[in-house]
Amino acid sequence: MSENFYYLFLCLVAAFCAYRAMISKHLLPSALYLACVSALVSVTLYMLGAYEVAVIELSVGAGLVTVLLVYALSVIGDDVYDPTSIIPKPLAILLVGVTAVIVGWMAYPLVAQPAAGGEVLLADILWKHRALDVWVQVALIFSGVMGVLGLLSEKAQKPETQNSLQDEAVAIEIEQEMHA
Amino acid sequence: MILDPLNVVLFGVVLLLAVGFYGLLITRNLVKIVLVLQVLVKAVVLALVLAGKHSGNLGLGQSIAATVIVADTVVAVVALALAVQVRRRAGTLDIAKISTLRG
Repeated sequence: MSENFYYLFLCLVAAFCAYRAMISKHLLPSALYLACVSALVSVTLYMLGAYEVAVIELSVGAGLVTVLLVYALSVIGDDVYDPTSIIPKPLAILLVGVTAVIVGWMAYPLVAQPAAGGEVLLADILWKHRALDVWVQVALIFSGVMGVLGLLSEKAQKPETQNSLQDEAVAIEIEQEMHA
Repeated sequence: MILDPLNVVLFGVVLLLAVGFYGLLITRNLVKIVLVLQVLVKAVVLALVLAGKHSGNLGLGQSIAATVIVADTVVAVVALALAVQVRRRAGTLDIAKISTLRG
């Protein structure tokens, strides 16, 4: 019973934080609420027995993504307000409610089944049965690095452009002096 | 009514999905859309681990969840890079103003 209470508490607080992240006017509190959601989800994953994914979720979801969001906000500026929605809110609530009921109806009830051939380690599955996933992850991480370079690229180019413009101006001045 | 931990977490997954879908429908800010997608993916990760636990093959659920986390992070990075570039060029993050499609 107490285990159910802990799961319920974690899920409700995570949903509340997700809602706050969505309706918050400023983007920085939204990013922090998202980090809270990630931390709560990782605790839930840990309690479910998925220790490795819990650690990955905590380090990547609550750490890396939050840092990236805060960096992007420092570049963009936090004076951005979310305008009113295009879709009327009652219609959105109705659509979401119907979707949630259908998903819940399809999945409920869940009953845990024992492992058929004993518990298999994550490392065995990842390296032996799903090695392609590992290669896809490597390719994705490479794409992510390229994305970060894209995020930083214009800042690095700006001083070069200014320098080249200054050089051109100096060259024109020298040419004019020579003609004079 | 069956009330065991798996069904309570299933309730949490549906709740997070509902919040994420609602956010996706009402949000017009590009950065906030990235944020809402993150919420949706967290619900999906939880659902994958739950499915692994339900079927008695938690390792498989974990391996797929790890792949989804990596893919989601890369999507967030690329989307944020695009949002920064859009903000620099268009001066706004409102998707209604950015769109040049008319009809």
